[in-house]
Amino acid sequence: MKIVVLIKEVPDTWGERRLSLETGLVERAASAPVLDEIDERAVEAALAFADAHPGTEVAVVAMAPASAVATIRKALAMGATSALHVVDDALRGADLLLTAEVLAAAIRRVGFDLVLAGNLSTDGGGGVVPAMVAEMLDAPQLTGLSTLEITDDAVSGDRVSDAGTMRVSAPLPAVVSITEAMPEGRFTTFKGIMAAKKKPFETVDAGDLGVAPEDAATARYIMLSVAERPPRQAGTKIVDEGDAGERLAAFLLAEGVA
Amino acid sequence: MSVLVVPEVLPGGALAASSAGLLAAAAAVGEPVALIACSADAAEAASAAAADLGAVRVLTAPTPGDALTVPVVDALAAAVAREQPELVLASHAVESRDALARLAARLRMPLATDVVGVERDDLGVVARHSALGGAFAVTGAPTFGPLLATLRPGAVEGRLPAQPLVRTELEITASGARAGRIESFAETAAPSSRPELRGAAAVVAGGRGVGSREDFALVERLADVLGAAVGASRAAVDAGYVPSSAQVGQTGVTVSPRLYVALGISGAIQHRAGMQTAGVIVAVDKNPDAPIFDIADFGIVGDLFTVVPQLISALEAHKK
Ligand SMILES: Cc1cc2nc3c(=O)[nH]c(=O)nc-3n(C[C@H](O)[C@H](O)[C@H](O)COP(=O)(O)OP(=O)(O)OC[C@H]3O[C@@H](n4cnc5c(N)ncnc54)[C@H](O)[C@@H]3O)c2cc1C
Ligand SMILES: Nc1ncnc2c1ncn2[C@@H]1O[C@H](COP(=O)(O)O)[C@@H](O)[C@H]1O
Repeated sequence: MKIVVLIKEVPDTWGERRLSLETGLVERAASAPVLDEIDERAVEAALAFADAHPGTEVAVVAMAPASAVATIRKALAMGATSALHVVDDALRGADLLLTAEVLAAAIRRVGFDLVLAGNLSTDGGGGVVPAMVAEMLDAPQLTGLSTLEITDDAVSGDRVSDAGTMRVSAPLPAVVSITEAMPEGRFTTFKGIMAAKKKPFETVDAGDLGVAPEDAATARYIMLSVAERPPRQAGTKIVDEGDAGERLAAFLLAEGVA
Repeated sequence: MSVLVVPEVLPGGALAASSAGLLAAAAAVGEPVALIACSADAAEAASAAAADLGAVRVLTAPTPGDALTVPVVDALAAAVAREQPELVLASHAVESRDALARLAARLRMPLATDVVGVERDDLGVVARHSALGGAFAVTGAPTFGPLLATLRPGAVEGRLPAQPLVRTELEITASGARAGRIESFAETAAPSSRPELRGAAAVVAGGRGVGSREDFALVERLADVLGAAVGASRAAVDAGYVPSSAQVGQTGVTVSPRLYVALGISGAIQHRAGMQTAGVIVAVDKNPDAPIFDIADFGIVGDLFTVVPQLISALEAHKK
């Protein structure tokens, strides 16, 4: 079995995250780049299967700037078998369609029985890349799974929505995205970090994948404007002296929200 | 020019609550035409509901019950070919989002996700986004041609005047694309009488500080007194106090109600990302240094188990 995990480098959500007012892109300098937490969970899901099924290959694929090597290596240190890193200046600010085209081509190059991804990236991703990739690979997609069972020829799981819980399945090859209800990623160990340095790590550009980022025949989604909203200010803060509930009621009534 | 709107048909056959806002948002760009892709027996009622919400025409396409997403994408492709819309608008809810994602990939059309509004300028359709937890307002547009977009539920309010039902059955050619299968569906036990979290005018949310699933009833009681939806932090969801659909924040629901009440929620940056654009923010937390106080209009340093019952009594006394 060959599992490809899509991993994305994002600005750490614990830091202050900013959009450049000039380019509209996330300012990489503003906060430390990290492997998205949801993708760590996707790597974990793949590794958990690999642990129980020797011979499973787990390849990670990322489209990210050249500086993302350390982030990608983290997935190798967790235990992934190999990495494919797509780096190309022409992909800076790529829209969803171009991102999906690149990732689909990268996955085809690696080969796959199962593609695992996060359901939603934390840097404003729309939660659509996995389904787009599935269409391009002519594979079924199961998105937003909160549980996951993988067998030799099929994948299944639960998908929770406001209306209820859906049990879904697909034959392999398939594309799956998981939610944060799945287990957290394992810690890396010193041994894992050392081993990661010797693992296959391939770097390619869009041309190597047969993708033309500046193809004028394809419409792209582009940013027109970016504006920063003023940060919110703190208001009144009181320490409860036995009447805080009443004072809060008075505040809510005065504000017209109760 | 027309806008193709794709209201979500719930497993029971009703239209999702997001549908009115979807049609209202579409009308800012062009004439809303609804695509109803669902099982044949639900189509009639769903079509009537779409016309009632302002669809000038309704296209219907029967979809086989157990194939995931692909039949809807096939219907969408047929509807796009027929209508040549300037915009295709669907909800940012999981099902619709999957369908538009696959459609974008199939037709190689640009896609904008989680938009909070659409409008038109001299050059065409413009979409508005609220990025990084509402800290940035962004607009975007396709370089040329039509745009596909998913609309954040609750972001656009309003309801168009009802239209007479004009219904056309679409001719669909199945693409044969490989699809997943729906094995079974278990409806969420009791459909709550509370407002839906997305788009609610008021939200009362509880965090780890609530302490247990049983005590979460206090959060729900306050929500009912305020006519509010119930929300939660990820810690409260992880601890099993509430289902994950109640999670507010970065990786949960983004809300922008007139009133947001945070109870026993410290206000981690990822939680704030989902609620900091609320009109009035109220917080009750034992810890005077909890970051939630940095953005609260009214913050109480105190025990939620004494403050909230007193608040409920005071509000109930006022109502009488
Ligand atoms: C990638 C990523 C995504 C995330 N996404 C989300 C998200 O979408 N939503 C989200 O909420 N979090 C999210 N988190 C988690 C977030 O970082 C916090 O861990 C979480 O919000 C904490 O929840 P909490 O405030 O309920 O718990 P805590 O931080 O533990 O706070 C509990 C608070 O309750 C107070 N308290 C305790 N008892 C009482 C009492 N009796 N009366 C009054 N106050 C009391 C305490 O003083 C404390 O301030 C995410 C984290 C990561 C890394
Ligand atoms: N640039 C990228 N490189 C690798 N994987 C990605 C990239 N963008 C998105 N993904 C994958 O798609 C998932 C959902 O992302 P998104 O659609 O951006 O919310 C992520 O969790 C990743 O698994």
